[in-house]
Amino acid sequence: MLIDSLHFSPVSAVLGGLLIGLAASGLILFVGRIAGISGILGGLLRPRRGEVAWRVAFLGGLVTAPAVYQVVAALPDARIQVAWPVLPLAGLLVGVGTRYGAGCTSGHGVCGLSRLSRRSLAAVMTFMAAAFLTVFITRHVLGH
Amino acid sequence: MTLLFSFASGLVFGIGLIVAGMADPSKVLGFLDLAGLWDPSLALVMAGAITVGLGGFTLARSRTRSVLGLPIRLPPARGLDRRLILGSVLFGIGWGLSGVCPGPALVLMGTGSAKAWLFGTAMVAGMGLFELLER
Repeated sequence: MLIDSLHFSPVSAVLGGLLIGLAASGLILFVGRIAGISGILGGLLRPRRGEVAWRVAFLGGLVTAPAVYQVVAALPDARIQVAWPVLPLAGLLVGVGTRYGAGCTSGHGVCGLSRLSRRSLAAVMTFMAAAFLTVFITRHVLGH
Repeated sequence: MTLLFSFASGLVFGIGLIVAGMADPSKVLGFLDLAGLWDPSLALVMAGAITVGLGGFTLARSRTRSVLGLPIRLPPARGLDRRLILGSVLFGIGWGLSGVCPGPALVLMGTGSAKAWLFGTAMVAGMGLFELLER
């Protein structure tokens, strides 16, 4: 295995991770809810009393993050370089998959693993394996 | 207060994703590409997040009410099932095709990226499909 030392960014990775952990801890300790993005977003599609406003506020914070970040520093390069036709399929799979799987990188990955949930560990190992394999096929088998 | 803390949590989460490099799909794909030049950064993002999360969730488990007096809702312990695994497989394929998962999708939509909006629209459609099939 060859390490990409040019792009490896351990300091910002850990720092960003700490912020993500802080945000997830804050949501459970103050609002009492799991910071799982797919669940928070998906829950809006079947709105129930008392279940709309906090979700919209959380997602609003997420969408506002780049604008707030820009007040302090220039945004790092973050563009989707994958071709247009791939995006609807990928988005659809992410949407359906995270709802059936009851979580994504945040809900299962950050919150579930922090809770030492076996279910989340199984989900994380499954979606990581599927993603590793997908990238292997698109980049090295199909020569994408 | 609930809305303020929810907003602040989303904001800090999003800034964390940007700082971590998770909002850059090319960097995510660099992590997912084990057979190419591998960028291990995202493993450290998870390590950092879980280090703080272990403390936060341990504390949360010892309480029934949040600091703001709301019920703390932790998912009940359940076994594994086919939906969890098959759903995670579909999610993993979509993530591997794009390098985008739900959190970064919303952050990227916040940058005004048209590609992110296309992805996000399809993602919400996928979630809607789940609601149609399952409810």
